[in-house]
Amino acid sequence: MWRIGTAVALQDETPTARTIRFEVPDWPGHVAGQHVDVRLTAADGYSAVRSYSIASAPNASRLFEITVERLPAGEVSPYLTQDVMVGDRLELRGPIGGWFVWRKEQAEPIQLIAGGSGIVPLMAMIRSRLSTGNAAPFRLLYSVREPKAVWYGKELQSLSEHDPSISITYAYTRATPKDWPRPPGRIDAALIANAAWPSSIGPTCYVCGPTSFVETAAALLTASGNSPDRIRTERFGPTGDRK
Amino acid sequence: MAITSRGFSGRRGTTDAKLPPGQYLTTDFPVLSAGPTPRVPLDQWEFTISDGSQVLRRWNWKSFRELPTETITVDIHCVTRWSKLGTTWEGVSLDTLFAGVNTDAEYTMVHSYGDYTTNVPLQDLLNRQAWIAFRFDDDDLAPEHGGPARLLVPHLYLWKSAKWVRGITLMQEDQPGFWESLGYNIYGDPWREQRYSGDE
Repeated sequence: MWRIGTAVALQDETPTARTIRFEVPDWPGHVAGQHVDVRLTAADGYSAVRSYSIASAPNASRLFEITVERLPAGEVSPYLTQDVMVGDRLELRGPIGGWFVWRKEQAEPIQLIAGGSGIVPLMAMIRSRLSTGNAAPFRLLYSVREPKAVWYGKELQSLSEHDPSISITYAYTRATPKDWPRPPGRIDAALIANAAWPSSIGPTCYVCGPTSFVETAAALLTASGNSPDRIRTERFGPTGDRK
Repeated sequence: MAITSRGFSGRRGTTDAKLPPGQYLTTDFPVLSAGPTPRVPLDQWEFTISDGSQVLRRWNWKSFRELPTETITVDIHCVTRWSKLGTTWEGVSLDTLFAGVNTDAEYTMVHSYGDYTTNVPLQDLLNRQAWIAFRFDDDDLAPEHGGPARLLVPHLYLWKSAKWVRGITLMQEDQPGFWESLGYNIYGDPWREQRYSGDE
């Protein structure tokens, strides 16, 4: 069933990424990690639908947020990141998905690994943990092209400074901040060994990002001793190297 | 009763290809999996058909590859809304695998390495509608796409085409598999847009 949501706030995370807050009067609530379908319809009836992860924590209000990255050849993302204005009404369906979710009842250590815009559902998990007072220790490994491509940067920085039970490690693939100890590069076994929970404590791992990133990260996690059934993945985008 | 999105015209493809409702064309081959990609050595691979209490048929990689194969070109439709047209696969027809299996079961659960499951009615697997595919576009099927072998049942959404397939269990009554237990449709016909639970 399609619901009608009103865009009530917009915020740019980077020059190509925008967070949209929707108010949906009959929103049934969501769990961190779920996504929502957004449908755009042209004047002649043509419509296009895409799925976006929810970025905000579950809450009792009828509000939630998505963050959308503009894809140059995209059909829906340019509209959502450039054309939508506060007050616009859009059609939404959801929340959807029951696998790549973190529930507030989970007490085990959590390892989050994000590649680029894959941060969105993981941010919802971090925010959900905070808002529910859950004490499970979280670690986030966030792989991103360069410092200015980080989403939710100030919020993450504040968290890492004030909440000792959340540890955040950035991995830059193209350009690093000045004097950064690790040269730019993709995530590797050494980084997993240094920044991720040891597999011996049995974390549940959530990995989200482009397919090639998720393949790499999930393989590194299993190689370092994590059981495949404790690793949940969500992939998006093209395969990269098609085969 | 769709509401119109002010200023939206879409980016419609140049093709006139008929797609199921709500799908868009891609020329890439995206990947959707719930967990890490299992690596299944061919010398340990096996495929079985069971009735739930006993194994009715069993193949190892060698005996499986001695079966007659077919090359098929089909359109595939993922519930995440991409469709890919004219994909070419090589595989063994389920008609070949089920030859001589007598059963009154109407449903099946498809099992994969990595513990994925998905349910498919038996009649959807027979009569040249489904294959165990091991080659895609003249290459061995890549692990992230389900290699060494996956089910291919292209008239249903692609989550039914279980990657890393290792067996089929006959069932008297329909039961949900992995995604079907997590909010996705029990049957998954893309032409009726049966994406989520309750879609009819």
